[in-house]
This record gives sequence, structure tokens and C-alpha cells, in this order.
Amino acid sequence: MSKNITRRDFLKIAGITTATATAGIYGCTSKAEKALELNASTPVPKGKMTYRTQPKSKDKVSLLGYGCMRFPTVPNPDGEGELVDQDVVNELVDYAIEHGVNFFDTAPVYVQGFSETATGIALKRHPREKFFVSTKMSNFRDFSYESSVKMYKQSFKSLQVDYIDYYFLHSLGKTGDTEFRERFIDNGVLDFLLKEREAGRIRHLGFSFHGTQEGFDFAVAQHEKVHWDFAMIQLNYVDWKHATAPRNVNADYLYAELEKRQIPTIVMEPLLGGRLSNLSNYVVSRLKQRNPEGSVASWAFRFAGSPANVLTVLSGMTYMEHLQDNIRTYSPLVPLSDDDKEFLEETAKVIISYPTIDCTDCKYCMPCPYGIDIPAVLLHYNKCVNEGHIIDNPANEEYKKSRRAFLVGYDRSVPKLRQAKMCIGCDICVPTCPQSIDIPKELFRIDRFVEHLKQEKS
Amino acid sequence: MLRKIRLLTAIPVFVIITLLFLDFTGTLHKWFHFLAHIQFIPALLALNVGIVLFLIVLTWVFGRIYCSVICPLGVFQDIIARISRLRKKLPYSYSPALSWLRYGVLAVFLVAFVAGLIAGVSYFLVPLLDPYSAYGRIASNLFAPIWLWGNNLLAAWAERVDSYAFYRVDIWIKSTLVFVTAVVTFVIVAVLAWRNGRTYCNTICPVGTILGFISRFSLFRIKIDADKCNHCTLCARNCKSSCINYLEYEVDNSRCVACGNCVGKCKRDAIGYKFVGMRITQISTNIEKNPRESVQSASSACNESRRNFLAVGALLASTAVLKAQEKADGGLAVIVDKKIPKRNTPIVPPGAAGLRNMTQQCTACQLCVSVCPNQVLIPSSNLSSLMQPELSYEKGFCRPECVKCAEVCPTGAIKHIAKEEKSSIQIGQAVWIKQNCIVLTDKVKCGNCARHCPAEAILMIPSEAGNDNSLQIPAVNTEKCIGCGACEYVCPSRPFSAIYVEGVERHKVV
Repeated sequence: MSKNITRRDFLKIAGITTATATAGIYGCTSKAEKALELNASTPVPKGKMTYRTQPKSKDKVSLLGYGCMRFPTVPNPDGEGELVDQDVVNELVDYAIEHGVNFFDTAPVYVQGFSETATGIALKRHPREKFFVSTKMSNFRDFSYESSVKMYKQSFKSLQVDYIDYYFLHSLGKTGDTEFRERFIDNGVLDFLLKEREAGRIRHLGFSFHGTQEGFDFAVAQHEKVHWDFAMIQLNYVDWKHATAPRNVNADYLYAELEKRQIPTIVMEPLLGGRLSNLSNYVVSRLKQRNPEGSVASWAFRFAGSPANVLTVLSGMTYMEHLQDNIRTYSPLVPLSDDDKEFLEETAKVIISYPTIDCTDCKYCMPCPYGIDIPAVLLHYNKCVNEGHIIDNPANEEYKKSRRAFLVGYDRSVPKLRQAKMCIGCDICVPTCPQSIDIPKELFRIDRFVEHLKQEKS
Repeated sequence: MLRKIRLLTAIPVFVIITLLFLDFTGTLHKWFHFLAHIQFIPALLALNVGIVLFLIVLTWVFGRIYCSVICPLGVFQDIIARISRLRKKLPYSYSPALSWLRYGVLAVFLVAFVAGLIAGVSYFLVPLLDPYSAYGRIASNLFAPIWLWGNNLLAAWAERVDSYAFYRVDIWIKSTLVFVTAVVTFVIVAVLAWRNGRTYCNTICPVGTILGFISRFSLFRIKIDADKCNHCTLCARNCKSSCINYLEYEVDNSRCVACGNCVGKCKRDAIGYKFVGMRITQISTNIEKNPRESVQSASSACNESRRNFLAVGALLASTAVLKAQEKADGGLAVIVDKKIPKRNTPIVPPGAAGLRNMTQQCTACQLCVSVCPNQVLIPSSNLSSLMQPELSYEKGFCRPECVKCAEVCPTGAIKHIAKEEKSSIQIGQAVWIKQNCIVLTDKVKCGNCARHCPAEAILMIPSEAGNDNSLQIPAVNTEKCIGCGACEYVCPSRPFSAIYVEGVERHKVV
């Protein structure tokens, strides 16, 4: 063999050396850092899910919980409205269980009332011990004992189970303590539920919270008597320190109060209904610079999963890609460093400087009796805020482009008769919003903006 | 040469006029709305002396090139005839003019026209017979839906790629009557053109007849050189106007549209477009010579039209009327479609000055109806203003920044107004219908009408006099109301709004 190395050989050798060097570097990286490099091109890991333990029952709960509030829907073949797309739901649930998710959260009111049944159908196809299911007492309008108990019993039928693992008093705290008293104490419903827990039909009893600090404090104070097995709060890196006070409470306070009493925390809205993944390009580039391979949403999930007292983080996953992304993030969880937390706090400050509306697309306000598609209007507005299309000065260079994007996009996202213009301001939706958005006020504001654009006023 | 020039001008003019009826964005109208303004009957109604004189002089000099180049219905017939000729190479032959029909139709038209001007009523006939308007109805009712479907396809694609270049538009039949009229006109004109070229132009169209009077004396005409002609019949068999009487070496210039098809066909150069000065052709004597022949062809024309009528009837019976239906979404309350309220006085657009002016001037060409971006203009089904535009607020309201209809109207039925002027013209007055108002029926807070009134003409007053805490109901200050219909459109009461607009006979400035 010739001793002279040809050009091609040299390149070959150089290539091999580089490859080895790279492998060496990878070999040195920690498991944690490797987990951060998972993206859509890597296989979704199986058997690596992080689990947390419920101290009383020793339930091993997956850190990722499946929220059944945003199940995919298809148009009703009969023509009227929409139905849950059961085939897709089954696929999603099967996939989730296969990849270690074992917590499924629903409520009688979700997805136009179809969620419990759809969840029941999907879970029925799996052994009962493979999953934990949670549902809620959503007695928002009719507080009577009879109706509340009826709702409770119906959940068993819809879910096709003979015990419920986690049962919620749904959405406490809006009006201080009055609502809690009316819905659960004065009518004897709470006593009934405590008996059910004793009988084993409810394995864990807890509550979900939306509202003022006063309301939260009152609910937590009941711990002495009730012994909450868990509580659900809205926790994400924006609400941690920047909840829209005084209507909403910072999550750091809520979490600390629960931790103090060792009440396991279930997290809702880790992503604010997608708002923390659908960010402006500026914020996205900020997050991507810190971890180019991780998804934007993974930051929010790592933040929500990092506190040790968090039992599970619920995510309402409509698409397979969301589910896969979240499984990657929690298989296993790479907890945030203090630096990371500081970085997200700075990011949160940038996010709240954008004038988006706090809608999380939960659809509690729907259906509007006058046909307005409230979440669609608010989300379109938010999208335009994030894309920089809220410009009402015709002298601005970008005005024409933004105007068209806003108006054409508006008609695409919301049919004319369901737009903000048709809101009559009856205020029926106002008490239903868990984010305490003054919906009619926002709709009027958006409509005034639309009129400005249409008339090209400055 | 003459044919080439004709094609080079007629095709762009025809395409652009058609596009005027298709382009819902109103972009083309900025530069090309003049093509609607130079149409004969619209210019006549608009008392546009300059244009009418220009068209008369044009015809006097060059013959009926108006019919060959400017009139969209004329060019439309040429297109149909051209397709028909693919099937049969030399389909035409000379036939004498059906004078009694031509002049009969013209007489009826003139009576209707003058009566309209005097009595302020459109007798349906003027709009029906005006060729430009007839074409407008065809374009806006038959071609526009296809164009819009195409647009919606592109919009669906644009939506997928997140582009804002195209947006969806509603496709709906604004008036069944106009739709049927357009279909009937289309079928009659198309069948006649398919079989015999310019028959419609030369027997029915009043504009053709009027211009025919002038073109008889035109300075340039098609002329046969009797010395060169060998009666080969090529010219006559290529003449879509059937006006070349090669046996007598004569051309009926009242029917000739100067298309030039015959000129290039003659192998002996015996026929040409030539300057002849003021000489009068003797064609009229021909008709007197052969009275039997003309009667015969008249009766055959009768048969033909009867057959056409039957064909039209069959076609109509098989045409399913499409109705755009609103899609209902999940988790959304059903929205009942609004119904058109009975208005004692129709509403006509700002710029129309009033009902009388509208009915007198409008030829129902549907150009304004086609361009209205707010979908408030629909053709009337009222007998005295049949097919002419009126406003209705079920799908939108007359937006303050829009004066599109006034910009495009060629007849002066809707006169040009400035945007600033618009919001001070009262075209109607809002009327509150107590028994429909949801504040009273459902006991809810509303006030949507007042919130959207651009004239601030709606006040919210307590429903119980003196009790400021009672629910508030709207009250209309009719002095300030301009009748734009914003209140009617946004009113949550369905299918009939609790506040609706009554037109005013004569518009006024508030």
C-alpha cells in the first residue's frame, strides 16, 4: 500500500475522526442534557415517563396528565353542530397509555358535555388498574342537592367505572367564600362527597381553583376538616408572578400555600391554552436560543413539572404532535435550574408586555346565546398581537399589510354573524370566564378596532 | 386588416367589461369604469351629451363599430357564433331585414323610454332591451358565480399557506327573478347567435336599430365592386349579419357591423371597406321587391323563437336553484337567517337622490349590485322598479367609507358622491319595532343598535319612564338618522330585526 495519502483518503480519515470526536462529546453529556435534545425527529421514548407519588394512596401518577377538555371534534353527520371524533380520541388515549400516561381528567361540562362519555369509551378498552380517572362536580347553575348528586351519579355511568380516582369540586374561589358555601356546604353536597370517599367510590377528593385570594384561602382553610387529597391550580411561568391581579392570584402564592399543608398540586393551564406555545417570533427566538432543539411548549411543561409537590400536569391535547412533544418533555423530566427559572421569569415579563387577552380557549363562555364565537374572536386578536398586526396608524409602513392580515384573517377565523360586532353586551358570559376576562368590554374594543381599520381612520 | 383591428380592440374591451362584473374587490373599476360609461343607453340616460354625440359621429364615420367593439352583448354573440363556426365553416347566407320586427321593437322601446322619463316608472322594457344591461345581468348572474367559486378555491389554498392574497366571498342568488331573466336572455341570445350570427342585434336590439339608421349613411362602408365580383358567395356566407346581397352587389349597411370578416375572404378583392362619402345605398327597395320572401322568413323566425321559448322553459325546469346555507359550528348557538322586512318605501343608495331618479335612470345592468362589497344591494322585485337595485340589510349594512356603487354607475342613476358626503345623506329612517326588541321580550341589556350607529342617531332611554335603573330601549332621532342600516344589521332579534330602515322618497342632507 502506498504511503502517500491521497486527498480522498485524507478527507475520509478526517471525517471519521470528527465523527468519533462528536460521539465522544455526546458520551460525556449527561442523560438530562440528552433529553433536552429530543425533537420531532427522535423517536418518542417509552417507559421513561417521570412519575410522582400521591402520599396517601401511594398512587404513581404520570407527570403528564391527559386533559379531556380539548378533545378533537368533527362536524355532526346530521348537520347540526359538532361531535367528538371518537376514533381519534381512542388513538390518542391508546398512545398516551402506551407511553406511560396514566392520569385522565374530565368533567361533565367539557366538550359540550361529550367529554365524560368519550373518555369512558376510550378508557373502557384498557384494564381499570392501568389508569386513574378524574372528574368534577360542575354544579354551576343549579346548586340543589338533588341535581348535584344526580350529576355525580351520572359521571359513573358516562365514564363506565364503579369508582372515581380523583374527584374535584369544580372551579372554586370566584366570589370569595359565598360560592363555596352555596354550592357545597349549605346544601350538604360536601358531606355527601365525604361519605362517598369513605365508601371508596371516591378515592381522592380535591378542588380546582379559579379566582381571588380570598376564595382560595377559604377553600384551603377547609383542609382541617375535609383533608383535601389534592388541589388544582393554574400554574405556568407567566402566572407564577404575573397573574392578572386582583381577579387572579399569582401561582407562587397558591403553590406555597398548598405545599405548606402538603396538599399535592395538580397543574392546569401549564401552557395557557396554547398561548405559551403560540408566542411572538421575538419570544420564540429568545427561547430557541437557549435550547435550539427543544420545543417552545417544552419550556412551559418543564416549568410546571419542576416543583416537587406537583402531582401531575394536565394538558388538553388535541393533536398527536402535542401529545408526543409533551411525552418527550416528561420522559424523563429535566427539572429547570435556577438560571432557567430566572430566564423564564424574564421571558414572562416580555410576554406580558404584549397586549394579548388572557383567553385560554377553554370555551366555558360558550355557547353565547347570541351566536358569538367568543374564543375565536379573542384568539384571532391575540394571534394578530403576536404577529405585530395591530397597527391603526395609516401612516405606518406596515399598515396596509397588517390591516389586510387582520381583516381577511378575521373573516376566515370567525363567520361574520359570529364576530364581535354582534355582541349585544348582555353580560351573560362574564361570570363564566375562569380568567375573569370582561368579555363584552374586550369584544367592543376589538370591534372598534375593526371599524377603525375598515374606515382607515387613524 | 379591419378584422384584425376589430379583434385587437374588441377582445380586451369585452374581457374588461366582463371583469367589471366579476371583480368584487373593485380594483379594476378605478381605471376601467369608463367602459360602462360609454355604453349607448346608459350614456343617453345619464344625459352624457358628449358620449352620445361621440358614438353618433363614430357610427356616421365608420359604421356600426360600436356593435362590434364596445357593446359586450355584441361581442358575446360573436364569440358564440365563432364557436358555432368550428362546426360548420360557412353557415350564413343573405336574408332581407325583418324590418317590421326591428321597428316594432324600437317603437315599443321608445314609448317605454319616454313614458319612463315622464312618469318616473321603469316599465321593465328599457332595462330588458338595453344590450349592455342584458349582458351585465348575464355576467353578474351566470359568469360571476363561476369566477367566485374559482376565487374561493384560491382562498382555500391561500388559507392553507397562510397567505392573505385571497379571501372567501359569499356566493348567493340575489334575486331569483333577475337570475331567471339572465338565463332566458342568455339562452335566447346564444341560440340566435349560434344559428345565425347577429340576428339578435339586427332584429331585436333597439341600439342596433338606432345605430342602423346612422350607419346607412356612414362615410366608410363595406362595398362590392361589381366588375370584379363573380358571385362566388364567399362573402355572403361569411357574413354573420346576413347583410350582403351579392346578387345585387349590395350591402345592407343598417345591419352591417363592420366586422371585416368578408373583406379578407374575397379571392378577387371585389369587396372592401371603403370611403364612399354621402351616397345612399338602395337596399330598402329590395324589401319591397320581395315581399313574399320577407314574410316567409318572418314566420320562420316566429317558429324559431317559439322553439327557443320551449327550450328555455325546459332548461329552467331542470335548473336547481342553489341557496347558500350557513354552516353551523359545534358549541355555537344556531343563528336564524334574517328575513327581509316589508318596507313601505324601498331604500336606494346614497347618490341616487331619490326613488324617482333611480327608476327613471337605471337600466338594471347589475354593475352596482356586483361591486357592492357589503352585500346590501339586491335587485328589486317591485313591479315599478323591477331588477333595479335597492338596499337590504340582512347580510351587511351600507358602510360609511364605501361609495363603490356611485363610482361605477354608468347611467347617472347613482350619482358620484364623496365619502365625506355620504355619511350626511339620509336615504332612510330607522323604525323601532317594540314587540321584537329583546330588551323587552328577553329582559336583557342590549343597545347594540345605538353602539353601532355612525350618526349617533339612536339614544338609549329607560324602558320605564323616569326609572334610570330600568333596562334601556333604543329611541331613534329621525333628524339625525341616515338609514345606513347598521342598527338593523346588528340587531340580535331574528328573523326580523327590532329596528329596521324605511326608505325616504327623496334623499336629504342631515
